[in-house]
Amino acid sequence: MSYPSNMQDSLNLVVASRERRMSETFPRATAEAKDELLKGFHPDYRAETFATLRVGPNSGDRTPRELADLLEADSTLPEVDSLKSNIQNPDHDCDILIIGGGGAGCAAAIMADDAGARVMIATKLRLGDANTMMAQGGIQAADKDNDSPAIHYVDVMGGGHFANTPDLVEALVTDAPEAIGWLEDLGAMFDKNPDGSMKTIHGGGTSRRRMHTARDYTGAEIMRTLRDEVRSRDTIRLLEFSPAVELLTNDKGAVTGAVLLNLNLNRYSVVRAKVVIVATGGSGRLHYQGFPTSNHYGATGDGLVLAYRAGAHLAFIDTMQYHPTGAAYPQQILGQLVTEKVRSIGAQLVNSEGEQFIFPLETRDVVASAIIRECQRGKCVTTPTAVQGVWLDTPMIEIHRGAGSVKRELPAMVRQFGRHGIDITKEPMLVYPTLHYQNGGVEITADCATNVTGLLVAGEASGGVHGRNRLMGNSLLDVVVFGRRAGVVAANQAKERTGDLQLGLAHVERWRRDLQQKGLGSEVKSPLLLPDYTRKAS
Amino acid sequence: MADTNLIDIYIMGERHRVPDSLTILQAFEYAGYKLIRGVGCRGGFCGACATVYRLPGDYHLKFVLACQTRVEPDMQLTMVPFYPANRSTYRLSELKGEAKEVLDLYPEMLRCLGCNTCTKSCPQDIDVLGYVSAIVRGDLAAAADISFDCIMCGLCVSRCPAELVKHNAALLSRRIYGRKLAKKSAHLARRREEVTAGKFMADLAGLKKQSKDEMKKRYAERDIEKGE
Ligand SMILES: Cc1cc2nc3c(=O)[nH]c(=O)nc-3n(C[C@H](O)[C@H](O)[C@H](O)COP(=O)(O)OP(=O)(O)OC[C@H]3O[C@@H](n4cnc5c(N)ncnc54)[C@H](O)[C@@H]3O)c2cc1C
Ligand code: SF4
Ligand code: SF4
Ligand code: FES
Repeated sequence: MSYPSNMQDSLNLVVASRERRMSETFPRATAEAKDELLKGFHPDYRAETFATLRVGPNSGDRTPRELADLLEADSTLPEVDSLKSNIQNPDHDCDILIIGGGGAGCAAAIMADDAGARVMIATKLRLGDANTMMAQGGIQAADKDNDSPAIHYVDVMGGGHFANTPDLVEALVTDAPEAIGWLEDLGAMFDKNPDGSMKTIHGGGTSRRRMHTARDYTGAEIMRTLRDEVRSRDTIRLLEFSPAVELLTNDKGAVTGAVLLNLNLNRYSVVRAKVVIVATGGSGRLHYQGFPTSNHYGATGDGLVLAYRAGAHLAFIDTMQYHPTGAAYPQQILGQLVTEKVRSIGAQLVNSEGEQFIFPLETRDVVASAIIRECQRGKCVTTPTAVQGVWLDTPMIEIHRGAGSVKRELPAMVRQFGRHGIDITKEPMLVYPTLHYQNGGVEITADCATNVTGLLVAGEASGGVHGRNRLMGNSLLDVVVFGRRAGVVAANQAKERTGDLQLGLAHVERWRRDLQQKGLGSEVKSPLLLPDYTRKAS
Repeated sequence: MADTNLIDIYIMGERHRVPDSLTILQAFEYAGYKLIRGVGCRGGFCGACATVYRLPGDYHLKFVLACQTRVEPDMQLTMVPFYPANRSTYRLSELKGEAKEVLDLYPEMLRCLGCNTCTKSCPQDIDVLGYVSAIVRGDLAAAADISFDCIMCGLCVSRCPAELVKHNAALLSRRIYGRKLAKKSAHLARRREEVTAGKFMADLAGLKKQSKDEMKKRYAERDIEKGE
């Protein structure tokens, strides 16, 4: 028996109702019902967990407290004067510095290298230690005959609550087929039918089956392909274990490079570049509102901090994505992602009484809210470590699609739960929302430009593409589409930018003065780089 | 945390008391290590946290991912966060897409002794010898399929008496398969051409001009394809 005895009674109800539920479709929620769910139960609506920014380009805007603390914090650098000689003698010189070696960073590097630019990637841990590596469910693209970029556009806008920046959505959906083709040309293997057509499925909020998959290792497949391509180009210089801790600017405030910190040696180095691309990804490791997270270890929002301090405007930083299905049991994998693909291929969400309570493929914010509501009204299961959750009925998939289908479609999930003695082909999983994605970020144009000269941003660190809620499969797409664009644009800009490349930290000195003026303390320093889990028991 | 049960584990020989509910990765942190090496995704996808351990009275070595494995009493463990691995020099776009190119670039694969130690040391339970044999046979489709869930942790390399870096050969096999050997999608080629020809520009320009209310109406009325 893999579930503890106190969870068995509820489990029996799930089993008992399964046959009846197999033929039941829970109705989709109306626009009003969705609104009510969101306002009543979504974490974004818990006003007391937000703070209003007091310094910087977004002063007056709301954002989660944990992010506000870092955006309003002091630089980690010592007195600027003490660094002058380092900065005047840069250790590295390149056309394009890419900060962050995830999907967006690698895509940008390859395109910029193709265009003949001298590229350098600086990343926090190893190349590919990134959220991109963890994506399981799939990547969207309107490449089937019954689909079109226009249909995709409408889905993206609806998913984002119509707040998305139209130019960015247009770029996303238009470049999507090319992005898939490009990945395949680089050797990425997508799941296919015997005739060579893509096997595509639905995701939450899609009106066409346009989710392309690579088993449930879609992101890993994309990431390892891009990483290998980067490694096969000796023209791309790579610095691992070297996060950026501050951008550098010239006397006009344009970005001209960055200060890196070698984590192994605890030493600074200075890079001069004609263009800097920030591709640092998300911030799940800030654990907003105490939520567990599905994100990788280095997802600490550094890019937002660096760009903000250099004067970049942020967008949609008041909305985070809580993925409806994070693992709630066992404790060892608390918060780790249970991919949406589980619902895409037929598993229902079921409360402690064995009943459905939401259409499984509503958008993520709606499903997450519904699960939180179920738990608040007591229709949930509580684990021995006092974590609440509802059931995700995976054995249904085997019944629907035949024996062996779970193992074939969801090998990572089978493995992850199997390691803790839970066989998801026979037993459901217990799930609860987990902090998953940063919907907003640095405001960009369709060319990945920001309001700061010399600074481009791509991927999860950017804001506007997904409005107030991202749909599954549009983020992997985002990193490939905008990563590629950033690489091309940066290479062009680098050709034009010849002078004005002095390196300085005037923006940091100005920032410190601003903090002082506003009476803001300087105990908190940022970027965070890595969360501190030492001496903690979970 | 309720019902905390403390156990002893030995991290690189040093004894630490940790709650038995933790993963090995969390136990390192509980003991006071702030990790830079040996951790990446924390979710079983990146291969940074490859770990080897033994239990008292058992001569077998066990191979796991620290982020995916719960601690056990008296385990003696170490991480293997890095293992030297050679990678051949190639540009995929310059390869022809023939199976023998993998062996040209990794000729040492032919030195495999068939001992199957690699399979026993894979924390992903991959049939490593199976994909090595497929590469040697020149069956890249099989090599790609069998090796697909490889997270490139390197444990199989550390244990191989023939010193083979098979995960890199498998990666190359998958890339050649994905680019050259997998059957092409006609619908994708068609759509790429249509986009290049600007077929959807007018539609999208129209959509971009719609007001929020028009867009909402359109969204509410969209028809949804049946099926999963
Ligand atoms: C578990 C999980 C499952 C997901 N599933 C899907 C899915 O099925 N479909 C989908 O479309 N999306 C999915 N997503 C979302 C998607 O994977 C990410 O949003 C996307 O991959 C982000 O890519 P990125 O390149 O912007 O950032 P990342 O891939 O996270 O890369 C950012 C890189 O920057 C580095 N970095 C951070 N700070 C610094 C610094 N200061 N200096 C230098 N480097 C730094 C990081 O270490 C990292 O290597 C999932 C996400 C997670 C976590
Ligand atoms: S461990 Fe090395 S020699 Fe033994 S079967 Fe595996 S690849 Fe061959
Ligand atoms: S095949 Fe080798 S490198 Fe790949 S996961 Fe298994 S042990 Fe790790
Ligand atoms: S930390 Fe990535 S596999 Fe364990």
